[in-house]
This record gives sequence, structure tokens and C-alpha cells, in this order.
Amino acid sequence: MAPPLDRRPGFDKRAQFGIFTSYVAAGLGALVGLILLIVSLLNPTAFAFARTAAADAVSPAGESSAVTRSTGNTVLHVITGYIEAGSKNAELKEELQRARSKLAQAAAIEAENERLKRLLDIRESDDETIAFSRLIGSTATSGRRFALINAGAPDGIRIGQPVRSPIGLVGRVLEVGQKTARVLLVTDGESIVPVRRVKGNIAGFAQGQSDGTVRIRLIEIGINPLEPGDVLVTSGSGGLYRPGVPVALVQEILKDGAIARIISDPAATEFVAVEPVWQPIVERLPSQAGAQ
Amino acid sequence: MSLIGDRLWGSDLFTRRINRAPSVILSNIVPWLTIGGASLLTFSPIIASAPLLPPISFMMLVAWMFLRPGLLPVWAGAPLGLVDDLFSGQPFGSAMLLWSIAMIAGEIVDGWLKWRGFWQDWFIASVFVAVYLFLAMALATFAGGIWHPAVLGPQLLLSIIAYPIVTRVIAILDLLRRARVKVLG
Repeated sequence: MAPPLDRRPGFDKRAQFGIFTSYVAAGLGALVGLILLIVSLLNPTAFAFARTAAADAVSPAGESSAVTRSTGNTVLHVITGYIEAGSKNAELKEELQRARSKLAQAAAIEAENERLKRLLDIRESDDETIAFSRLIGSTATSGRRFALINAGAPDGIRIGQPVRSPIGLVGRVLEVGQKTARVLLVTDGESIVPVRRVKGNIAGFAQGQSDGTVRIRLIEIGINPLEPGDVLVTSGSGGLYRPGVPVALVQEILKDGAIARIISDPAATEFVAVEPVWQPIVERLPSQAGAQ
Repeated sequence: MSLIGDRLWGSDLFTRRINRAPSVILSNIVPWLTIGGASLLTFSPIIASAPLLPPISFMMLVAWMFLRPGLLPVWAGAPLGLVDDLFSGQPFGSAMLLWSIAMIAGEIVDGWLKWRGFWQDWFIASVFVAVYLFLAMALATFAGGIWHPAVLGPQLLLSIIAYPIVTRVIAILDLLRRARVKVLG
């Protein structure tokens, strides 16, 4: 393509000055960006107000696209369903038989559990949900893993509350606006979730790797007891996440832990539930601490 | 009246007609609106558990810059980057800085390679996008992300494949930019 003619102003002083000014403005823009970047690196919540306001303003776009996503999902499922119908049918019949026997076992265990709990006088305060909402957006281009939900402060959403889908943990609330809230997904590098293996008391931490997997680090170093296919659930330590919520499935064993794939893939999740912080941190005054 | 074959096909597409003329406002505002709109792609139906979507807004900036050099002023990277920062999830200011640098670098490339072809444009844009993705990930790591450059592979590949498509979209938007609109009076 031909180069534009206005780049070489020749002896035109005014044109020269105009080009010079635009370069200075561009340099200043970069400088302001650098300053904002340094401020936001030192204090990550410094510009939360701008982000939440912007997200609130355009959230209708996200909501409509979330509806599209659920429709698109169904279309895909319908097509794949036709292709796999035969093999799926046989598979499901077999699975049903297995599930029936499991169900009987589970009922027995539940009854026993109930009895033991009554013995210990434990009351559970779970099953309460603050809000159900849609996932309306995610940072699909950035190395950070955030998602947006269309519920905000008026719905009772507060910073730190865990977010889960029907099948597993999704993340926790990071910034709250009026109509939207930003969720730190479990796959982000900043998210560290205390987990344990379902079978046996093996505890560890799951840190996000921003590629759909989490890195499991075990607390006890020694022989690595994990095996591919192990299910990891939240352990409840730290008090943020309620224990027993499925997090990840072990995929690859490493020396001191494993790489695990998250169970609740946000791409397949439409609705999420925001739950209260399991055990909120209560600051005790010295006088109260002395009284106890 | 001119004879058929006297002019190139479509060459009268953007000239003034009775009651219709290209609008100065429209011709200037379209690049800004399209790049800003592309920043809203975070609200796309794709909820990604890994960075996969090409940085469409940045690629549009680069494509506008190469297709119509000088249409966006050199300083345009800063305000457009600011809008992108609001939605991208990157640490605030990262796009403002990187897009400003990209605009200045684009201007330098423009002065250096005056007559460029399709392949050269594609190659230069690919380099721009690769450097941008790499630096953006580095900045995200400082902000608490994880350093995992292998994640960038698929995203970069998709971006490079998508660039010619983005340039075609920009070409269509360029027709819209110069379209005749109704003039009053």
C-alpha cells in the first residue's frame, strides 16, 4: 500500500510541530500507563471501583451472551447425542445397575451418619446460599483467570465469599459492584485452595495454573500417595471454603504432588451459587479473649 | 457523463451525491468504536478456563494502524488501552502502556517499510501480537498470576491465524467508515 503523504512535512513548520506533539502525547500516554501499572501492582484493589463500574455498565451485553451460551451448549449436545446414542444407551444401563446398589449403600451410610451426628450433637449450617447467578463473562485473553457474575452488593454478595456450581468449586468473590461481581477462579495463579483426598486423610493445597488445571502440593512430604483419578475436595481449613466441595481430579503425578484437572469447568457452567464464608474471621477484643 | 470503463469499478462509491455525502464524524469515530467494542469481548459466550481467545481488540488496533496509517493518532493507544484495562483482567495500566508502545512502534515500522504487501503485514502483525502477549503475561505474573508461557502457544497460534480475518473485517468497517450518509441542508 502506498505510504500516506502527510508523514514528510518538508519545511512546513506547523506540520512538523503537529507530528512532534503527537509523539510527545503518545510518550506521555505510555508514561501514565506505566504509573497506573505500578500503582495497581502495589495495590491490586486500587482501580476496583473503575472496573466494577465499567462491568456494571455493560453487564446487559454479558447477560444476553450468557443466554446464547446455554442455547449453543444445547445445540452441541443434541448433535453429539445423536451420534453417540447407541453406545451411550448400553453404557447407561450398566451404570444404572451399579448406581442402584450404590444408592442402597448410600442410604445406609446416611442413616448411620445422621445417628452419629446426633450422638456428637453437631449442627451444620450449610445448604444456605446467598445468591444464584449466571456467569456472564471471563477474561478469555488474559493470563489471569477472572469471571463475572451478574449479582452484586444489593444481592448480599461480599468479598471473599466462595462461588460454586452444582458439581464443584468455581472460585471466590474478589470485587463487588452494584450489578456484577468479579470472581477469582480456582485456576488463577493467585487462588490457593486447601484440599484433601476423598479417600483417606491426605491434605494439601491446590494452586491454579491458568490453563484449566491446578497444581496440588501435599502438606506431608514423603511417599506420594496420590493416584490418577483421585478426587480432591475442599478440606475446610482456613475457614473460607466449606469442606467437602469437589475441586479437582488428579491427572498426572509429580514428585511432591500432582497436576489435577478442575471438576467444575466454568465453560460448562451456566448458573453458580454464591455461598457465605464458611467460618468468618471474628476479631476478638483482648477483654473478650480474657473472659473466655 | 463518463464512459463505461473510464473509471475503476466502485470508484464512485465514496463521492458526494445529491443529499448524501461521507461524514467526517463517522469516518473518524469508527476505528475508536470498533476497537473499544472489541474490548468488551470479555463478555463473550466463551467462559474460558485457560487464556485462549486471541486479543481481538489489540489485533484490531494493529490492523487499523496498518490498513490506514495515520487515521488513529499516535497517542490513541493510551485511551483505548485504558478502556481495554477495564475489562481485560490484566493489571490496570498494562494495556495503556503496551498499546502506547505498540502505536509508537507501528509508526516507526511505517516510516521504515513504506510499501508493504500482505505477507509483510501479516508477519509484522504476528510479531506485534507475540510480543504483546508475552509482555502482558509477564505483567500479569507480577500481579499475582503464574508464569506459564506454554499456555500462550495455542493462543498465539490462533491469533496469527485470525489476523488476516481481522484485516478483512477492518476492510469492511472501512467501507462503513466512508459510507455516504444523509446531509441536511
